Amino acid sequence: MLQVEDIHISFGVLKALNGVSLEIHKGEILAIIGPNGAGKTSLVNVINGVYSPAQGHIFFEDKDLTIMPHHNIAALGIARTFQNVALFKGMTVLDNIMVGRNLKMRSNFFAQGIYWGFAQREEIRHREVVERVIDWLEIEHIRKTPAGMLPYGLQKRVELGRALAAEPKLLLLDEPMAGMNLEEKEDIARFILDANEELETTIALIEHDMGVVMDISDRVVVLDYGDKIGEGTPGEIRNNAKVIKAYLGTAALK
Amino acid sequence: MIFAIEVAIGGLLVGVMYSLVALGFVLIYKSSGVFNFAQGDMTLFAALALVGFLTIFPLWLAILAALVLMIALAIAIEAIVLRPLVARPPLALFMATIGLGFLLQGIGQGIWGTDPKGLNIGISDIPFEVKGLMVSQFDLVGAALSGALVFGLVWFFQKSRTGRALRAVSDDHEAALSVGIALNKAWAITWAISGVVALVAGIMWGSRLGVQFSLSLIALKALPVLILGGIDSIPGAIIAGLVVGASENLAEVFVGPYVGGGIQTFFPYLLALLVLWFKPYGMFGREIIERV
Repeated sequence: MLQVEDIHISFGVLKALNGVSLEIHKGEILAIIGPNGAGKTSLVNVINGVYSPAQGHIFFEDKDLTIMPHHNIAALGIARTFQNVALFKGMTVLDNIMVGRNLKMRSNFFAQGIYWGFAQREEIRHREVVERVIDWLEIEHIRKTPAGMLPYGLQKRVELGRALAAEPKLLLLDEPMAGMNLEEKEDIARFILDANEELETTIALIEHDMGVVMDISDRVVVLDYGDKIGEGTPGEIRNNAKVIKAYLGTAALK
Repeated sequence: MIFAIEVAIGGLLVGVMYSLVALGFVLIYKSSGVFNFAQGDMTLFAALALVGFLTIFPLWLAILAALVLMIALAIAIEAIVLRPLVARPPLALFMATIGLGFLLQGIGQGIWGTDPKGLNIGISDIPFEVKGLMVSQFDLVGAALSGALVFGLVWFFQKSRTGRALRAVSDDHEAALSVGIALNKAWAITWAISGVVALVAGIMWGSRLGVQFSLSLIALKALPVLILGGIDSIPGAIIAGLVVGASENLAEVFVGPYVGGGIQTFFPYLLALLVLWFKPYGMFGREIIERV
């Protein structure tokens, strides 16, 4: 579904990604792991179009993402969440998720201006989809709350809702469970599994909690200092010597 | 007492027109984080263009032509001035709008001349009486038009899909891009809207004060409104405009004589300073709390 081919990115002398290639298969949950600074977020950013790579290409359903303007990538069916939660903080939860739906709506500027006929029917139809997402994420009680006023865990959940409202083919999640307690993590893990199974969304996620990663992902890719050092099923990764070394440090092996 | 009410009403009506000018600033600030120094010059430019078109077209066609010109101008500003400055610090954009202001002033006066011109859009300036109160007919029409525009814009921003997308852009560029909103399109729309606001402000203030260079200084009246209301709040601009309009009028009439008069010009700034003491983000501005 998505092929990352030999991507290089550097910030000054720092090489964030150093010739990384990988593939995301349709229908899977792929976990991207690695120590801090391994290049995981850079990888998501380059897929999503935030960065242009110095070298290499990314193909999504045979279209080259690296030559596309950033805002066009969402229209292909790629949605994402951010490591540091990027919600529209002044807008209500409902409006945030409606914005996620933006691309599915077609009415023109003038029809909206008078909120008439097609524009109105369209608004109502999409509102129904959004309400389903809200129900599903169990956030009905905060629909009208400005997103910026919510606690962190709920903000992460709203952000997931905004991404899902676009009905993406590929969902990129950058640390969806960071800073959450066990119960919240279990909720999010359940939403991810449900989205994968019921909505048939392909998911690539960055996560630090190894327990969660091993439980929910079909495959795991390991990055370290901009290089891919391992790839395989959770079982294979657990026994990969390079991965163990990267995580525990060389000192521990001596 | 009746006189005081008359003064307050007169002030409120003028205040609505202040709100309108302030709204031009708020819209652009909200969507791109830029304080648009050229807003006053856009108002002057729009009024000059309208006066110019009036010499060849009837009123309705002249207004339409000016409208089209302001929208075209907005699209050009986005492509020529803003797009090359994407992801630059806000100060660079602010400086660009200062340059843009001088440019518009120069071009406008270059084409249509620097001599003061009258603008008559056919609203009579004879006051009329409601239950013993004298009300300026012109101010009433001006306030009604401005008010309708302001509420139309608020409604558009709150309810429509494009309005929602524009609010999203103002909130977080990166997140807006990730859901597929094109920033340059959103900016062109916002500048077009603020160009239209400038045109309406230019019509109202131009026919009140005459169309000449000093019309661009109307922006100075919007500053205390922005400080009072909060620079990123549309309701703030409306309410603060009313407060400034009414209070400066009342202050001029009732406090002015004791201090020699002429306090109307600086009273709003005094009020704004006072508000800044207690509410540094204005009455309705979004308070930014930073963790340290």
